[in-house]
Amino acid sequence: MFFPVVAVLAAFLVGGVFILAIGESPLQTYSLLIGSALWWPDGIGYTLFLATPLIFTGLAVSVAFRAGLLNIGAEGQLYVAAFATAWVGIVFANLPAAVLVPLCCTAAVAAGAMWGAIPGILKARFGSHEVINTIMLNFIAVAFVSYLTQYHYRTPGDAILETAPIGANAHIPRLARFIPGFPERIPLNVAFLLALVCCALVYFFLWHTKWGYELRATGSNPSAAEYGGISIRRQIVLAMAISGGLAGMVGINEVLGYRHRYYDGFSDNYGFTGIAVALLGRNHPVGVVLAALLFAVLTRGGVPVDAFTQHVTKDIVQILQATIILFVAAEALFREGLRRWVKF
Amino acid sequence: MGEILNISLIWSAVRLSTPLVLAALGGMFAERAGVINIALEGMMLAGAFTAAAVTYTTGSPWIGLTAGVAAGLAIAWVHAVASIRYRADQVVTGTAINILMIGVPGFLSGALFLSSGSTPQIPKEHLVPWTPIVMAFAAVPISWYVLYRTPFGLRLRAVGENPEAADAAGIRVAAVRYIGVLLSGAFAALGGAYLSIGQSSLFTRNMTSGRGFIALAALIFGKWRPVQTMFACLFFGFTEAITIRMQGVVKLPSGEDIPVQFIQMVPYLLTIVVLAGFIGHSRPPRALGRPYQKER
Repeated sequence: MFFPVVAVLAAFLVGGVFILAIGESPLQTYSLLIGSALWWPDGIGYTLFLATPLIFTGLAVSVAFRAGLLNIGAEGQLYVAAFATAWVGIVFANLPAAVLVPLCCTAAVAAGAMWGAIPGILKARFGSHEVINTIMLNFIAVAFVSYLTQYHYRTPGDAILETAPIGANAHIPRLARFIPGFPERIPLNVAFLLALVCCALVYFFLWHTKWGYELRATGSNPSAAEYGGISIRRQIVLAMAISGGLAGMVGINEVLGYRHRYYDGFSDNYGFTGIAVALLGRNHPVGVVLAALLFAVLTRGGVPVDAFTQHVTKDIVQILQATIILFVAAEALFREGLRRWVKF
Repeated sequence: MGEILNISLIWSAVRLSTPLVLAALGGMFAERAGVINIALEGMMLAGAFTAAAVTYTTGSPWIGLTAGVAAGLAIAWVHAVASIRYRADQVVTGTAINILMIGVPGFLSGALFLSSGSTPQIPKEHLVPWTPIVMAFAAVPISWYVLYRTPFGLRLRAVGENPEAADAAGIRVAAVRYIGVLLSGAFAALGGAYLSIGQSSLFTRNMTSGRGFIALAALIFGKWRPVQTMFACLFFGFTEAITIRMQGVVKLPSGEDIPVQFIQMVPYLLTIVVLAGFIGHSRPPRALGRPYQKER
């Protein structure tokens, strides 16, 4: 807990230097940023809504990481999955909600898992590095899905690159329906609850099942795991598929809960922010939720910062995010610093 | 088809591959030294923004190019310190730099030019449409020479293949890796600068649009060797040139456009295929991605 907090504080310091450099007040900017993101109900509502995809991608990266794999491909996985979700919602629009919603969710998970499994298979079978392959598959996914949208599923005459709407039976309810006084305009929906359930499931899977144990064993010491009778190759494919499936659930939030269609280029770098979320959350489900909330606060708070300060744009959010990742990744920096300080 | 395949297509392929050649050669120096550089994209953006902003302000593209390279060096230094000195995961650091360089140009252009992420137009007489092309293709044989015919090149390859042995032979592993990463920043930034003050006349938000990753793909496709990498870049530049030409011109027999998305996928698909060993095997430097810690 200690080093991630130090990393976040250090990142805010660096961000403060940037803000000072252009002649604005860091304190004012930060209080605007954080204050507006936690304001009831819109601030909190949107923050939780923005946290939802980050919890999914953060979990996705964490599971892969526990198996010793770096999944840079969550971005591509969630694009393919979101399209698949919309596709099912369009094609089977007439099915009753009780069938259609689970079907759409299954499509999201299956498509994400499939796209995630590809680099897993490539690594298991040919030994090619998952980092390069996931990067390449991100671009392929974006191009492929944009092709399908543009040429096959766009409403004729629509100027925006998006598919036709999904059937009304595939919509999942917004949380406003269950919380008195919570305005309906806030897109926070039951996918957020699903994300929390997934955290619990991932925790249970990793630490309380045989499969999860094998997956972690593969990550912490592959040769010992192999010696113990675990098939590394199978674990690699399995971990990447689970990871992709989790990333794919972003499609549930986006398509079933929010836009009710596939919208080309919808992802605000969720897949890449997921790496930051996993890293900051120490690849633990609880840490992932906390980190996702932090990044959601930054994203949400960036909007008023953009509007109500003279010169600070919402790009400060990216600067903060990137600096947090750098500091968490280079943790040795603080460890050495601490050691030196304690010696005195 | 005739109106598409002609000399001007080859020429535009050369122009479009110039930023790729520069970035890929840069990537080669880092990766041959054992440091993964997926931050080429961010380094290109740093170079593109700085070059455009400085050229606009000073009116001199040469100061602009120099400043762009300096920005690339600065970003590369961050990557080097984090991944060499503090042994951070190189892929994670690279991702962070890519995110950082989406933010910083937007942030600075908001403050400097009161814009949302782009610089003002630079007058035509302040652009450098030729020099970077010459530099890029001259850099290929020079890089080859440096890599295979100089003591420095030998050291660079040694620390990327077997840092323990290199260390035992008296090579300062960390220092050589620093140089490799810094070179990658300088080259990638030059490639980015060409985009903003060579090919076009201003910086726009995220103007590299994935070229850093295509350069990475070319580097793998070219098996981490300068000449092959250049040919890979030319090939990818050629596919990009075709994509631009084909839009709305060439039709399928059914009368529909050929979807550009499929041509856009080519570099990425090829990279996966080559890495898997279907068309010749592409083997990364053995110590790629592995931080080196001197034994005490």
